[in-house]
Amino acid sequence: MTKLLKNALKSLLDSGRDLLPIVLVIGVFELLVLRQPIPNLLELAFGVLLVMVGLSLFVQGLQLGLFPIGEGMAHSFASKGSILWLGLFAFALGFGTTVAEPALIAVADEAARVAAEGGMIERDEESMGTYADGLRLAVALSVGVAILLGVIRIIFGWPVQYLILGGYIGVVIMTAFAPEEIIGIAYDSGGVTTSTITVPLVTALGVGLSTSIAGRNPLTDGFGLIAFASLTPMIFVMGYGMLIQ
Amino acid sequence: MSFLDQFFDILLSTLLDVLPIAAILFGFQYLVLRRPVPHLRRVLAGFALVILGLSFFLMGLERALFPLGKLLAQQLTDPAFLGIDPAADGLAAIDWTRYVWVYLFAAAIGFSTTIAEPSLLAVALKAQQVSGGSVGATGLRVAVALGVAVGIALGSYRIVTGTPLHYYIIVGYILVMIQTLYCPKPIIALAYDSGGVTTSTVTVPLVAALGLGLATNIPGRNPMLDGFGLIAFASLFPIMAVMAYAQIGDWYSRRLAKKSR
Repeated sequence: MTKLLKNALKSLLDSGRDLLPIVLVIGVFELLVLRQPIPNLLELAFGVLLVMVGLSLFVQGLQLGLFPIGEGMAHSFASKGSILWLGLFAFALGFGTTVAEPALIAVADEAARVAAEGGMIERDEESMGTYADGLRLAVALSVGVAILLGVIRIIFGWPVQYLILGGYIGVVIMTAFAPEEIIGIAYDSGGVTTSTITVPLVTALGVGLSTSIAGRNPLTDGFGLIAFASLTPMIFVMGYGMLIQ
Repeated sequence: MSFLDQFFDILLSTLLDVLPIAAILFGFQYLVLRRPVPHLRRVLAGFALVILGLSFFLMGLERALFPLGKLLAQQLTDPAFLGIDPAADGLAAIDWTRYVWVYLFAAAIGFSTTIAEPSLLAVALKAQQVSGGSVGATGLRVAVALGVAVGIALGSYRIVTGTPLHYYIIVGYILVMIQTLYCPKPIIALAYDSGGVTTSTVTVPLVAALGLGLATNIPGRNPMLDGFGLIAFASLFPIMAVMAYAQIGDWYSRRLAKKSR
């Protein structure tokens, strides 16, 4: 019991250390640069405490639940030996976790407003809604394809840099043809796709797969799935912009 | 009581976020793999902790850190603080040297929010584990955070000067490709991943507030067109930073080996 308590205390202190920079930045800028008092100091302290507790619970849960189930499933799929089912699982994981992502919903709505302002689509609720939904679907599809592609890469052991290179070239070519209004949003949509729960799962999936396939190294081959998931949305969103135009 | 109401709201929305993921995981586990989950009770307890932890985390952010961060971003981009008078200054208002505090704040907020980013923590823990400790979790997180700091500072400079986003991104891509050629091979995939994990729960709302504040207050900038793109910078620069971190480590250990010979 004392060991459990000690561990909990240690992870709480770790989280505190992680948060210290934010508190310092806010304090220094507010007090020294802007020379304004910090509003609601008590509320701030309480909020920081909540964030600390939350972060340490999250890490505990990661080690206990998310990492083991991701790796366990990767092992089971590898020993089952069916690439088809593994691919379907990879696609479903990418698509399913992205289509409901709150950050993406926010970005899609914003993008619809930009498009209406730029005269790409009609300025009414309905066409803006359709546009936002289409954008979300495009991003979710692209993340599904990305995870699928990443898993295929791990199975065959292709070097990650060639695929990324190809992706970059794709992004540059699309940029030349895509409508200007969508470029900023397309570039940003690559960053918002990977949520806090998806990242540990996808990482565990990649590491688990490369551990169970002979000849693969978990460090060299296991990572890279998230990189694909940040790259393909840019291409798909610019493609969507060109399609709508 | 509003505190509990807010907490249950956040808990519910976190639960709804996790639901599709859990459905896919358990669906494939039981319908395709047809095997029970090993240590099911521990896994479920882990999920419960993750959901509870994220709810506390988001609650704390929304109550304390986000409002303050957004207030700071507003105050720092306020024309009065920046010393801009749109009517009198004309073109001089977009002189980029006037915004030094904004760049410094952008770098500081980029660094500090990335250190606290849970997704990055998850990837760093896993990398430390599979590399047998040769890739340290803390070193990786600091490298990524430095990359985000430089990225967001440069992104703010871009908003101030109004130069096109894609030039920066394309030059960034070229640099990444060159670095890839010279970087130690085992780290490449990890470096590429670290670009995607930096921008989620903590970083995005604060950085978006900064970008929007800048684009709104600087004459000649359109928040719709120029406010975006900071996140793209924050996804590109960590890749370079992590590869540089590996390259420096590689160079240093080779120098040590040379010395000891």
